Amino acid sequence: MIRLVGILVGLGFTFVVLLTFGVGAYTAATDPATETAENVFHLHPKEDVHYSFEGPVGHWDIAQLQRGYKVYSEVCSACHSLKQVAFRDLAALGYSEAQIKAEAASKRVPGVDPNTGEAASRPALPTDYMPSPYPNAVAASAANGGKIPPDLSLMTKARHEGTHYVYSLLTGFQEPPAALAEEFPDFTIPNGGHYNPYFASLVIGMAPPLTTEGQVTYDDGTVPTVDQMSQDVSAFLTWTAEPKLVKRKQTGWPVLGFLLFATILAWFAKKSVWANAKRRED
Amino acid sequence: MSFPWAKNYEPVNPVMKFMDEKLPLPRLVYNAVGAGYPVPRNLSYWWNFGVLAGICLVLQIVTGVVLAMHYAANSGIAFDSVEHIMRDVNWGWLLRYMHANGASFFFLVIYIHIFRGFFYSSYKAPREMIWLLGVVIFLLTMATAFMGYVLPWGQMSFWGAKVITGLFSAIPLVGEPIQVWLLGGFAPDNAALNRFFSLHFMLPFVILGVVILHIWALHIPGSSNPTGVEVKQESDTVPFHPYYTAKDGFGLGVFLLIYFMYVFFFPNALGHPDNYIEANPLSTPAHIVPEWYFYPFYAILRAFTFDFIIPAKLWGVLAMFSAILVWFFLPWLDKSPVRSGHYRPMFRKFFWFGLIPCMAVLFYCGGAPAEEPYVMISQIATAYYFLHFLVILPIISSVERPEPLPFSITEAVLGSDDSAVIEPAAKAAE
Repeated sequence: MIRLVGILVGLGFTFVVLLTFGVGAYTAATDPATETAENVFHLHPKEDVHYSFEGPVGHWDIAQLQRGYKVYSEVCSACHSLKQVAFRDLAALGYSEAQIKAEAASKRVPGVDPNTGEAASRPALPTDYMPSPYPNAVAASAANGGKIPPDLSLMTKARHEGTHYVYSLLTGFQEPPAALAEEFPDFTIPNGGHYNPYFASLVIGMAPPLTTEGQVTYDDGTVPTVDQMSQDVSAFLTWTAEPKLVKRKQTGWPVLGFLLFATILAWFAKKSVWANAKRRED
Repeated sequence: MSFPWAKNYEPVNPVMKFMDEKLPLPRLVYNAVGAGYPVPRNLSYWWNFGVLAGICLVLQIVTGVVLAMHYAANSGIAFDSVEHIMRDVNWGWLLRYMHANGASFFFLVIYIHIFRGFFYSSYKAPREMIWLLGVVIFLLTMATAFMGYVLPWGQMSFWGAKVITGLFSAIPLVGEPIQVWLLGGFAPDNAALNRFFSLHFMLPFVILGVVILHIWALHIPGSSNPTGVEVKQESDTVPFHPYYTAKDGFGLGVFLLIYFMYVFFFPNALGHPDNYIEANPLSTPAHIVPEWYFYPFYAILRAFTFDFIIPAKLWGVLAMFSAILVWFFLPWLDKSPVRSGHYRPMFRKFFWFGLIPCMAVLFYCGGAPAEEPYVMISQIATAYYFLHFLVILPIISSVERPEPLPFSITEAVLGSDDSAVIEPAAKAAE
């Protein structure tokens, strides 16, 4: 009885799903899905730049992270917040306590006037998080054509191949290819939009932020080409997304080494225990 | 119950004697996973995954309880509190990566454990109750994992919660009120996050309870084995300790090596980048997909795209739940007296060339965008899935001619069994 019911239920589901397959196949045959410009012209991130933190024994390039922080604070921070990062975290980039204090004090954060209780601003302390360039989301949206510039703290973890994605996006601004206008005549770039094939929808609201060599002055003598600045800020944003990335890899090796040793011991233990069982018991 | 030749617990140490008289907990352990539990001597490494699943559960509970000390179940700060764990809590990043990857590896182990059960028909008499409890554990684990994925309050958390609770809205008439009741609102928000956290904390202990019942039920008939021939005599078994504690120890080492390789070197490979974007009810991600371990059932859900009598969405929901519920009926659908797939030529072919590719395809399509050709491929696989369990299994169990079984486990292991010769002779003498 239960098998009969089972067979009927099974045949029922099979019938319905094959019916829906037939309908889908008919639709696909008579009305094939049209390609979209995003499908055809979207590019995966370039992966030709190598970073020091990649690979199983990766480590931070402290000088690069410092350069990247400079690019962030002089360029990106005009529109993008970095709210998960506190000034005290900069100690990991090799800055001294005094430098961090001075860096924090150069930024102002919302506070309260100690005499009147009125809303005011005060210089930031090392314990403060990086302040947002806008007082609130409405202001951020209003200043940027209705789109809030995303927080960058986790950007490299929030996209596939995040580090390469940020680099590709920063260096990927270009004129739309001629083939795009030919294949998709309806595709237009709205006012205030910029063509960038690494952005999912091909059109990004952000104007090219890094455009000229020397836009940021590097203290360590590295030549600040657009490509170099893009690499450095991508590396910096990888650090902001996962400050413990290098510690994680460094912890991993001894753990795996210990486990490998323990597993080999366990293998020999198992061998010796089972050696008795293989023989016939007389 | 146990076999008559099971070793008896005989404490020597006076403390243990005292303990055994007042509260025989050491005796319980001895009989459950010690020398007092005789186990078939021929278990392969596929039998390691039950113990591994238990270890995964403990690992998840331990890391989860510590994470809960630092996590804040409030939709305003949940996302930031997870980042606080990742950045400022001592070894918080390790705990969180262990917990997140632990969920994935828990499911990997459970899937292998279940499919071992399929191949060796572990659900057959006298082990039906073990199987039924196992399916209950699987359902509870799915619910727990789903609610856990909502807690970081990223984009996939939010939209996943919306899609999964939205399944209930497919129920005619009362669907919408049920969804609102489940979420405590019209969309996932603080009320939903709080109750999911509460349930996510509570359910693992329910799972632990059902696991104890699962093991209890296992100890009544004893473990199954790769031949499917029941234990007949003492030479068919070895004591669990030290034989299987040693074998499980090695299996655990290999498991932990692979698990920690992911934790330390690819901690986000099994997750989704969108979940590092804070939940935003006004921005829908391009592709809403669940975690990989739900892909096969998600593919079945999305396979129904045509309103045949009832809406397509309701067909999808019915099929998805039926896809798991059908496992409850396996002991009564598959009536072949032979357990092991090794001695069932037709069953074996349908398992390796039907069910396994079907599941692989469903896994792949469940993670792919809901576009052609993925939808059409998953429709074919869905059809096979239901045919396999509900039509093919009942039919082959009556038409198949099984291959000859070994007389006993001892014969299967050693090539011959003295009692196989003695027994007919003894009968003749009578």
